[in-house]
Amino acid sequence: MATEDVALAASAEQGILSKPDTHQQSPRSTIVNDFSIQIATVNGSGSQSANSVLLRSIFRMGIPVSGKNLFPSNIAGLPTWYTIRASKDGYVARKKEIDILIAMNAETSKEDMLSLPVGAAAIYEESADLKQFRNDVACYPVPFDKLTADVCPEAKLRKLVKNMIYVGVAAQLLQMDMQAVEAALRKQFAKKVKAADLNWAAVQAGYEYAAANFTKNDPFQLQPMNATEGKIIIDGNAAAALGCIFAGCTVVMWYPITPSSSLVENFIDLAKRYRIGPDGKATFAIVQAEDELAAIGAVLGAGWSGARSMTATSGPGISLMAEFAGLGYYAELPGVIFDVQRTGPSTGMPTRNQQGALLSVAYLSHGDTKHVMLIPGSVRECYEMAMDAFDLAEQLQTPIFVMSDLDLGMNNWMSEPFTYPEKPLNRGKVLSAEDLTRLGGFARYKDVDGDGIGYRTLPGTDHPLAAYFTRGSGHNEKALYTERPDDYVNNMERLSRKFDTARTLVPQAEIVQTGKSKIGLIAFGTSDFATRESRDQLLKEFNLDTDYLRIRAFPFSREIHEFVASHDRVYVIEQNRDAQMLSLLKLDLEAKDIVRLRSIRHFNGLPIDARSITDDLVTQEGI
Amino acid sequence: MATNPVPSAPLEAPRAAAKTNRIGLQVLDYRGGKTTLCAGCGHNAISERIIDAFYEMGVQPERVMKLSGIGCSSKSPAYFMSRSHSFNSVHGRMPSVATGALLGNHTMKALAVSGDGDSASIGIGQFVHLMRRNVPMIYIIEDNGVYGLTKGQFSATADIGSKLKTGVINDLPPIDTCTLAIQLGATFVGRSFSGDKKQLLAMLKAAIAHNGTVLLDVISPCVTFNDHEGSTKSYKYMQEHDEAIDEVGFVPFFQEIDVEYDPGTTINVEMHDGSQMRLRKLHEDFDPTDRVASIAAQLHAHANNEVLTGVFYINTQQPSFTEMLNLVDEPLGTLPDDRVRPGRAVLEEMMQRLM
Ligand SMILES: Cc1ncc(C[n+]2csc(CCOP(=O)(O)OP(=O)(O)O)c2C)c(N)n1
Ligand code: SF4
Ligand SMILES: [Mg+2]
Repeated sequence: MATEDVALAASAEQGILSKPDTHQQSPRSTIVNDFSIQIATVNGSGSQSANSVLLRSIFRMGIPVSGKNLFPSNIAGLPTWYTIRASKDGYVARKKEIDILIAMNAETSKEDMLSLPVGAAAIYEESADLKQFRNDVACYPVPFDKLTADVCPEAKLRKLVKNMIYVGVAAQLLQMDMQAVEAALRKQFAKKVKAADLNWAAVQAGYEYAAANFTKNDPFQLQPMNATEGKIIIDGNAAAALGCIFAGCTVVMWYPITPSSSLVENFIDLAKRYRIGPDGKATFAIVQAEDELAAIGAVLGAGWSGARSMTATSGPGISLMAEFAGLGYYAELPGVIFDVQRTGPSTGMPTRNQQGALLSVAYLSHGDTKHVMLIPGSVRECYEMAMDAFDLAEQLQTPIFVMSDLDLGMNNWMSEPFTYPEKPLNRGKVLSAEDLTRLGGFARYKDVDGDGIGYRTLPGTDHPLAAYFTRGSGHNEKALYTERPDDYVNNMERLSRKFDTARTLVPQAEIVQTGKSKIGLIAFGTSDFATRESRDQLLKEFNLDTDYLRIRAFPFSREIHEFVASHDRVYVIEQNRDAQMLSLLKLDLEAKDIVRLRSIRHFNGLPIDARSITDDLVTQEGI
Repeated sequence: MATNPVPSAPLEAPRAAAKTNRIGLQVLDYRGGKTTLCAGCGHNAISERIIDAFYEMGVQPERVMKLSGIGCSSKSPAYFMSRSHSFNSVHGRMPSVATGALLGNHTMKALAVSGDGDSASIGIGQFVHLMRRNVPMIYIIEDNGVYGLTKGQFSATADIGSKLKTGVINDLPPIDTCTLAIQLGATFVGRSFSGDKKQLLAMLKAAIAHNGTVLLDVISPCVTFNDHEGSTKSYKYMQEHDEAIDEVGFVPFFQEIDVEYDPGTTINVEMHDGSQMRLRKLHEDFDPTDRVASIAAQLHAHANNEVLTGVFYINTQQPSFTEMLNLVDEPLGTLPDDRVRPGRAVLEEMMQRLM
């Protein structure tokens, strides 16, 4: 694995890097629609279009496909890898083994080549002569510069067009449907017909070169299927932005940070398109803040005055938001915060994936504070949970954190099309002037309904009894200042009741149970894909049946307790070092159930893969 | 004022004798809770002037939101205008809360109260960004040169050479929030003194009439920690060093203009709501519409150990932040579902495009 080898020498996977691929078949038998392609390039070389065309061509051939961009914190010059996985079985997690390498980065090409398993294939620049390093890999040397020069007279454009050559070479070697490739390419360039023509010429040049010069010497092949009909491709951030638009979000204040920026940037595009009236006036306000302290301050201020407000950030921003998050909890202010998680800390390896902010977000701030987290496990859930988050924020009158991650947020995923929300927006308990006249006033923090949630009024409510004074703690039911011990305790206990109400309102866990197994797996977010694949591996290779529960929110709903209680051993699978989800579960479970928990962790910056889970579990089970 | 809706009838009919303002409310309707600040604290006097200004301008209290950070000063919104929603937020970061609150409902009048520590120390980042956005709100710094609530440490507005009770002398230059605000884009900037009822009231009324960021730095002595000999923020020091740059007069839009003014000595500013602010020049060559001259006047005053007060800068032409965002007329927060959630066809079109 080129990437792991180069970028993650110090990672936990060290030592098993060169483990031979046990599933390798002889070159003569074909492997259809079940392999991974890794394109090794240099950041800033403009390979995204080519990679996207490759991905979308496979999608158009009806083959389940996923793509992942592994990139450095850099604008241009450092190595970057794009992996595409075609999987007839619909597996979309990262595949640990690379089957086809497209080596476009001279600096890493030797290492990229050395890390391939036996029987892999490599497409590379002729002059790099990678064949000298491996005689057990199918080699396809291509004179990229010459081919590019022939189709692209304009020297300036060659750097970009060069990438399309490998699309053509790969298309020929994998026997791709060239109609699908052309359609994907033309869609990619949309109205830019001249650019599309030029790039298509490059694809053809690559195709023809491969046809004329190579004898196929590897087993990999793509054959049309019917598994992507009616599906969409979208990244999680774009999906979440769409959710925000349909949730009626009106106020956004944000501070750019990878991997969350594209969420807001997508929202800006959508809002400009769909939320400006015929008179040119906007039903939204988007402000680029001076920092995350201001971003969350504005979100809570807007929530206080009645708006559906959000911000998107990642770990470093979350850290800065800590004090305000606590105020939001105590002053009971709605607001939605997307945390698109990445590795910590601020410097070093900020553009890699991790589920590393669960503990810090769950208890973000000081005092007795705890927060509601929604954890999407697919692009579709990014869309749906964005909508849920705004409803829950106003229902529960508290900040809601949506815990996405870089892998989900920034990579392209296949999905069923999203469905239109059927329910109206749930704006929570807000009293109008008429209500106040009818009720003769209100007590902001009184638990009228027994669910821990009080009634609020919005600034501007035209009634002399509408106003109340908002501060953190130190208020009684009528929002008057107090430091009386009993008032403080009453309020804190009501907040606890509210958190219990949250348990019943947040998305419930998803459970796949055979009823036959003593072993349970728990995963969440982007660990889901690899976990599902690992379950199949365990069954097929070890005849081991497992039950599975996917957590979708914190606080934990009841069925999570029941799932743990009904299994002998429960493996909590997550992408961080310190078993953060397991820690949260420990705080919530009864002692007799805590002992059932085991941990599987993956935290080298790469998205988790099924093989790592299977290997770890088999070892722990002593199989 | 422009943002004021047709006043609703007061719930209780006013007693015959009670004095009422133009919307039929008594000054009582603008009162707040009982103050818990020290007797004689400058902040209390400012609260009183705020009550007077909003009462006299006839602003419906329900149309006002009060925002503050943390400090003695930031507690004071609890002591005036209880019929207005209020938000006591976190230290130094009220500007963002206020910005968000106004984006949620830009039809409200926002009144922000902060301290010199809250704004010039921990909050300087948010302060400068608020100023450069020209967010439409009145921002009052109750400036005593110290952190009152944490018992009297120097703040970043303390003057060089100013002495604490303990004898500690400040040897760092002060941040002049007015100069900063003028440079960064606030459109109404001035300084006053909690002890100068007349000037402060006139400035507050003009502030209510303005649409854009109003920054008022009000020197407000802390009687407990910074009112002694050697302090440059004491009542005594102010009485000796207060140097008004202009005399602020104000004629609200609902009052007939019966006083003539001399264009040679007085600048008449037409405010957004039709009110008139009259600035009678006390310094020769002073022009409150000229930013460079305004900033120069501040620097000269510092050099002369004068505390310049009055309206320093006014610009009624610059669009406010919410105007620049080109928002719909109604508050964003309470728009009905069908105005904020696009229809089915939009989603279908999006899905088609992603296939
Ligand atoms: C993050 C944070 N740090 C420190 C404090 C402690 N603190 C409370 S008030 C205050 C200073 C307030 O000074 P100022 O704004 O000048 O208000 P004053 O009391 O003088 O009116 C400080 C440092 C706090 N509340 N929050
Ligand atoms: S400590 Fe100072 S600032 Fe605080 S209330 Fe007392 S006099 Fe006012
Ligand atoms: Mg102070």
